[in-house]
Amino acid sequence: MELAPERAARKPEALASGVPQRLGDRVFSGVAKGAGIGILVVLAGVAIFLLIEAWPAITAPAERIPGGEGLVDYIAPLAFGTVLAAVLAAIIAVPFAVAIALFVSHYAPRRIAAGLGYVIDLLAAVPSVVYGLWGVSVLAPASRDINAWLADHVGFLPFFEGPASVTGRTMLVAGLVLAVMILPIITAIAREVFAQTPRAHEEAALALGATRWEMVRMAVLPFGRSAVISGSMLGLGRALGETMAVTIILSVSGIVTFNLISSSNPSTIAANIALDFPESSGIAINALIASGLVLFAITLAVNMAARAVINRREKKEGR
Amino acid sequence: MSQPSADVRDANATDAPLQAPLGDAATSAPAEAPANVAKSIEARDLDIYYGGFHAVAGVSMTIRPNKVTALIGSSGCGKSTFLRSLNRMHELVKGAYVDGKVELDGRDIYAAGTDPVAVRRQIGMVFQQPNPFPTMSIYDNVAAGLRLNRRKIKKPELDEVVERALRGAHLWTEVKDRLDKPGSGLSGGQQQRLCIARATAVEPDVLLMDEPCSALDPIATVAIESLIAELKERFTIVIVTHNMQQAARASDYTAFFNIERSGDPGRLVEIDETQTIFSTPASPATEAYISGRFG
Amino acid sequence: MSASSWTWEDHRVLPTWAPWAAGGAGVAAGLLALLAGVALVVAVLVGAAATVVALIPWSLAVEGSRRARDRMVTLTVTGAFALAVAPLISLLYTVVSRGIDRFDGALFSESMRGVVGEGGGVQHAIVGTLVITGLATLASVPIGVMTAIYLHEYGRGGRLAKAISFFVDVMTGIPSIVAGLFAYALFALIFGPGVRLGVMGAVALSLLMIPIVVRSTEEMLRVVPHHLREAAYGLGVPKWLTIVKVVLPTAFAGIVTGVMLAIARVVGETAPLLITTGAVTSVNANPFGGRMENLAVFAYNQYSNPGVPRDPYIARAWAAALTLLLIVMVLNLVARLVSARFGVRQR
Repeated sequence: MELAPERAARKPEALASGVPQRLGDRVFSGVAKGAGIGILVVLAGVAIFLLIEAWPAITAPAERIPGGEGLVDYIAPLAFGTVLAAVLAAIIAVPFAVAIALFVSHYAPRRIAAGLGYVIDLLAAVPSVVYGLWGVSVLAPASRDINAWLADHVGFLPFFEGPASVTGRTMLVAGLVLAVMILPIITAIAREVFAQTPRAHEEAALALGATRWEMVRMAVLPFGRSAVISGSMLGLGRALGETMAVTIILSVSGIVTFNLISSSNPSTIAANIALDFPESSGIAINALIASGLVLFAITLAVNMAARAVINRREKKEGR
Repeated sequence: MSQPSADVRDANATDAPLQAPLGDAATSAPAEAPANVAKSIEARDLDIYYGGFHAVAGVSMTIRPNKVTALIGSSGCGKSTFLRSLNRMHELVKGAYVDGKVELDGRDIYAAGTDPVAVRRQIGMVFQQPNPFPTMSIYDNVAAGLRLNRRKIKKPELDEVVERALRGAHLWTEVKDRLDKPGSGLSGGQQQRLCIARATAVEPDVLLMDEPCSALDPIATVAIESLIAELKERFTIVIVTHNMQQAARASDYTAFFNIERSGDPGRLVEIDETQTIFSTPASPATEAYISGRFG
Repeated sequence: MSASSWTWEDHRVLPTWAPWAAGGAGVAAGLLALLAGVALVVAVLVGAAATVVALIPWSLAVEGSRRARDRMVTLTVTGAFALAVAPLISLLYTVVSRGIDRFDGALFSESMRGVVGEGGGVQHAIVGTLVITGLATLASVPIGVMTAIYLHEYGRGGRLAKAISFFVDVMTGIPSIVAGLFAYALFALIFGPGVRLGVMGAVALSLLMIPIVVRSTEEMLRVVPHHLREAAYGLGVPKWLTIVKVVLPTAFAGIVTGVMLAIARVVGETAPLLITTGAVTSVNANPFGGRMENLAVFAYNQYSNPGVPRDPYIARAWAAALTLLLIVMVLNLVARLVSARFGVRQR
């Protein structure tokens, strides 16, 4: 500790001699600092090694890239599918997450609230490959009738244009499973902040004769808004990078479409890597790594935006 | 990874001759010679800063060996900061530094090259909140100072030190059957006496106490006060207190700190024998504070 | 009703049993619909609608619109919670009911060496999972804990600490497949393209584990009361010994919990291992000795590339999924117990 020891000494000549630092302190703090710097080095390594391995694909002539149309045309439909699946998941998950967070923080009986929160956390513990197996063997078959109904009745919307998939391995189901997967992330963040709502605000609202919902609307939701936003973005980031559930569930054909219920869907970057990497070699590997670099960039942007929201909120509260 | 340099310095410090400090405020030196001669502290023109904030200005005082010196004053007057500067604990706050001298028996604790860790081994501290280490048993808490300072020490010897420290803190009979139980299971007053035992087990020369009773009930407070009266046989004691009665009851000397306006540094108004401070203080500010609190 | 004549006696509310009665009506309606032969999803919708219809108009009539709206929101958030639990229950039921067939002795005592069709087990995958996850833990825990110590105890507020903290956040968001690509890219530069090693998987997983360990350890260091550090400093204990002997033991249970949750998070990872450790049918415990099987990858491959006949492969996939799920759940449960039993008691 002993911060600014040279200022503790009064005489200017003491500055030169300095305070003898204990060997133990020096070694220990040095090791700790080294570990931290190591993390920076590793992250720099991630970017550098990915770039090195992606470079052959970036510089290669268009016809050598799988698909024969060049790297941009190779990655663009994948990026579209990635964003579509993730945004769909976020749209489904966010309202649920807010409602569940409210239920746990303000509605459920206090004695069991923590246990109920833990049940939602369990959703985050399930491995993604298990979600994939469950999605393709339970949710997909169950969605067939709904897909058909949607195609028949709201088919005028581009999302439900049909023809409805007979296997149920659709973008809609992939989005639903992703939504279940990111639900606990958003819920956990929202729940924690909802529970921190200043008691004074809540009591002020209740003392005005507000019902519980009015109190929530006046005190809790405004307090937790930025947490919901940042939590949603973190969830979105997670959905963007999620691999196995999409790989297993989605039947892909590499097209670009907003149709959520048909049997031909755009693939995602992550799923495409998982599907093709084990069988690929040569320039195809480099192209896959280049697509991974794009995925890295997208998730990085989303996560940094989420962190910016969190940091602004913490600064505002002086924490 | 031992620290030979610090130990050598400690040894030298112990051998240093006792310099009789000459205070300017105090009247006469105490007559009777105590059994164990502890050390005196002399602060000279001490200014304490936290970064740009000037917390305490121009304090000079003599803290006499084997006496209890109480620091009183309103909140924010710098008495706690001054106390912490006596064993460099204030440096835990980033950007803290001092200007001036603090001498332990004539040796400047801020001299260049002085290790604050070694200073704290000689000038121990008891805190406002009783703070036994929650992961350690009662025994281990008392032994913590010796063990953590890595002095190789034999078990029977350590047993003896622990028992002596606990007896000295009036805690032995209450805990001797459960030395291996966690210290956090004790009552607040017992915990504070455990912390005193822990601080005295390393045999410091001076014991600093930062409002040691403010978190305790009146009965536990009386127990700590009578303990303080005994501890001064072996240690020099400086105690910060908000409680006027406590200063009057437990201390030999009292120093009054004051702050003129918020934002100004705290200053020492006067220091004198406790009896004098509470009967005929030199400064009207002292009188106003004491009568305001006392009357 | 004028304001002056208003008293609370005019303000009547529904009896406390009203929501329960409405819920009961909803359940009854749902069961009836189920008996009438509609699909489960439809029956649930019928039940939910019946609950709303039973409660809201009643509340509107007796208590007025503000109260009714309040009750509607209560029903909505409760329903949302129930709906979120549904996939969890369905998933657990599916995995258990389909995995139990092959959840037998042979599953754990045999590998897939020479197995075509029925039989075989996941011994090789369990060994691989243990080796890969164990190596990743060995690498991540020291780095993660020391980094957290640097961030919280030494570097606080400094520029380096801020940079590290920021990039730890960035790391939290790295997609697992990208971590796998990194490990591949790193080793491909050394060993040439097409390399597959167990240790590559460990590198990828530690990239995912480190930020979790850093964040949870930092959180636990923050919970250690400052006055404990002061007590140690007051005894003349150097800072590093204070951290090692006082701070870390106090935070120990929390750090262990964090590490276990981090293990639980990566033990089920599939994507990064798919592209780094590959797949193999026999036991390989040497992380530098070529391809290595792993439970998650095993489940995926059995399901996505079944042989003929298909059933034994699918059954093995579910049995592997069940094993994985059990490991993850036990890790989670033990982690919670550790933190509940040995956690820092805060005042």
